[in-house]
Amino acid sequence: MREGPPSSSARAKRIFMPQLRMTGRGLWITVLIVPPLAFVALFIVYPIISAFAYAFFDWQGLRRGAFVGLENFHTVLFVEPYRSWTLNAFKNNVLVFFALMVLQNGLGFVLAYALWRELPGARFHRIAVFLPVVLSTIIVAYLFKLFLHPLFGVVNISLRGLGLGELAQPWLGQSNTALWSLIVAQAWHMVGFPTLVFLAGMQRIPSEMLDAVRMETQSEWVKITKIVWPLVAPSATIVFTLLFVGAFNWFELPYIMAGLDGSPFGSTDVLGLYFYRTAFGNVSAGQQNFGLGSALAVLIFIFIALVATVITVRLRAREIQL
Amino acid sequence: MKTNILRIGSALAAMLVAAPALAQDLTFWSWRQEDRAAYEQFIETFEAANPGITVNFETFEATNYNTILSTALAGGTGPDVMMVRAYGGLENVASAGYLEPLSTETIPALADFSEASLAAESMRSDGTIYAVPFASQTQLVIYNKALFDQHGISEPESWEELEAASQKLLDAGVIPFANGTATAWQNETVTFGLGSSLMGKDFYDELMAGTADFTDERFTGALAEIADLAAKYFPDGFIGLDYPSAQQLFGSGMAGMFVGGSYEIATFKNMNPDIEVGVFAAPGQTAEDEKLVGLYFDGGYAANAAGANKEAALTFLNYLASQEFGQAFADTLSNISTVPGVTFQDPLLAEVNELNQSSIPYLMLAHFRYGEPSGSVLIQGEMQKLFAGETTPEAIGEALTTGLAAWYEPFQN
Repeated sequence: MREGPPSSSARAKRIFMPQLRMTGRGLWITVLIVPPLAFVALFIVYPIISAFAYAFFDWQGLRRGAFVGLENFHTVLFVEPYRSWTLNAFKNNVLVFFALMVLQNGLGFVLAYALWRELPGARFHRIAVFLPVVLSTIIVAYLFKLFLHPLFGVVNISLRGLGLGELAQPWLGQSNTALWSLIVAQAWHMVGFPTLVFLAGMQRIPSEMLDAVRMETQSEWVKITKIVWPLVAPSATIVFTLLFVGAFNWFELPYIMAGLDGSPFGSTDVLGLYFYRTAFGNVSAGQQNFGLGSALAVLIFIFIALVATVITVRLRAREIQL
Repeated sequence: MKTNILRIGSALAAMLVAAPALAQDLTFWSWRQEDRAAYEQFIETFEAANPGITVNFETFEATNYNTILSTALAGGTGPDVMMVRAYGGLENVASAGYLEPLSTETIPALADFSEASLAAESMRSDGTIYAVPFASQTQLVIYNKALFDQHGISEPESWEELEAASQKLLDAGVIPFANGTATAWQNETVTFGLGSSLMGKDFYDELMAGTADFTDERFTGALAEIADLAAKYFPDGFIGLDYPSAQQLFGSGMAGMFVGGSYEIATFKNMNPDIEVGVFAAPGQTAEDEKLVGLYFDGGYAANAAGANKEAALTFLNYLASQEFGQAFADTLSNISTVPGVTFQDPLLAEVNELNQSSIPYLMLAHFRYGEPSGSVLIQGEMQKLFAGETTPEAIGEALTTGLAAWYEPFQN
């Protein structure tokens, strides 16, 4: 084709084109955003919406039956035996949350403070404390199952060796020790995470502020309560919220250590196990009910989303900007 | 010459193209990963007798098998032939209409199968059979022969003799029973493996007829005896002992007896090839009481109702229902085949088969896993409570009856 001056129509096109044509920047943004957006839509948004939808239908095994409105929600919340199962699992989750708040986050704060103050061996302990976090939950769960074995477990053998044989227990078989055993295992596994977050928060505290407080008092307690704790508030917001979400989604560790039934007799049952059992059935139930399972999942989701939002907003308000 | 080569060549090419259309490919799903070699052998025999049909055997992890199968069937990508569970597990899949209904017309051999085995693979509502049952399992007591001989113990005839035998082992420093109850489903096994004779056939019949429920003294009395025996003769801290540990205790020869299913025999032999085991039905109160084992059926082979090669699938099912297959199944897999007329070369298997002649069904699995809460879930939790001293046998009877009344009609008045 012969090159020539652009015709009027071509000129019009050129004036019009820039609005249609992707600029380099726009193209980049599109290319970068579309795949993750599609991924999120396909694997996160769509399943959530379909779980919402499933919850409003009656299910015969895997066959979807009639639309039943809020019937499934009513069943899991108010009809026996589901009512007491839901309540029991929920109560256990609440206990787990508060226990881990003290054992995991509380201990994490203390450990972080000790590491921050550079007590002897701090370099070694900084790694040692975080190491269990790297281990897979399966390994930790099996390890603790072995520790707590009634006959050959290191816990009972040590107790007997120390002449405290009457304290040796079938830890995972008693309703009053089983859940606490799981909580301790979980705290041991994850304590390094809040420690790390708190430590990072403490290291951000400006040194002139610490020098100033040192002029006023030598008391560690005052230092912690008046300076450190208020200033690591953003870290606290993060670990509290994550712990809350984690505690109510707790599944792997109880599944491996106690089994799908929350053995013994539901004393380690949590919402995650209960949901899985209800939706997919287990060896002893022979029943699968996607409707009830989805209703439970939706309730758990709404509860976590609501409370996590409240926690975040309230704790954010408490944070101090330097 | 050249044209001949061309002709032969084109004929071969045509055959190659047409071959996939002539051959019928069946996919066959199973949860028995450990039996793969044996199944491939069975399939070879079948393919040799039925040229034109090929069977591809695929296995999946056992605990998630039902979920995987159901999802595949719902999505239209299910196999042509598949292993399905029995009882409530079967109904889950069959009620959705995924399985091809079977009858003595399509599978003539089914006519000779025992009623109980067919009932395990039928819908309760209309009695339609959906699968060819493949194996039965028996809940009984497995014992270490060497330990029994060493301490001069013979198979107990009454509950008192069972206790005496346990005491003898305990005195000799041997753990009498290896069982632990931290794993929930083991509680059910222990209850009916030990308690079937104590409960008795009359109790079972009356329960089924609706004239008795679980508050019946024969049932609660049995639970009391079991809890008492466990407290005395199960390992220290058995309520915190999980299933694999219990198996280890028996397999390693540290314990004299194991209450469990006949499926454990193969496990113990794998664990310890030198172990010599015997089996007996846990006795009733007196030597005169009939000795009963708890019997149930594992699962069956079913065809996909929407399968593309249904005719070939039925041919394969007919083979799986044949005595030839049943015999091979029993011989290679050391399982009690449900096919009538099969003989057992392994004396232990023959003995289990003999014990099966006086049995009651493994109660909760056979009759009470059709609604929520299932009888199995209830008895497992309640027995854990009983073993921990947090409930009484009478309270269990009450809890089972009222709990099951939620969906089991005979209890609803």
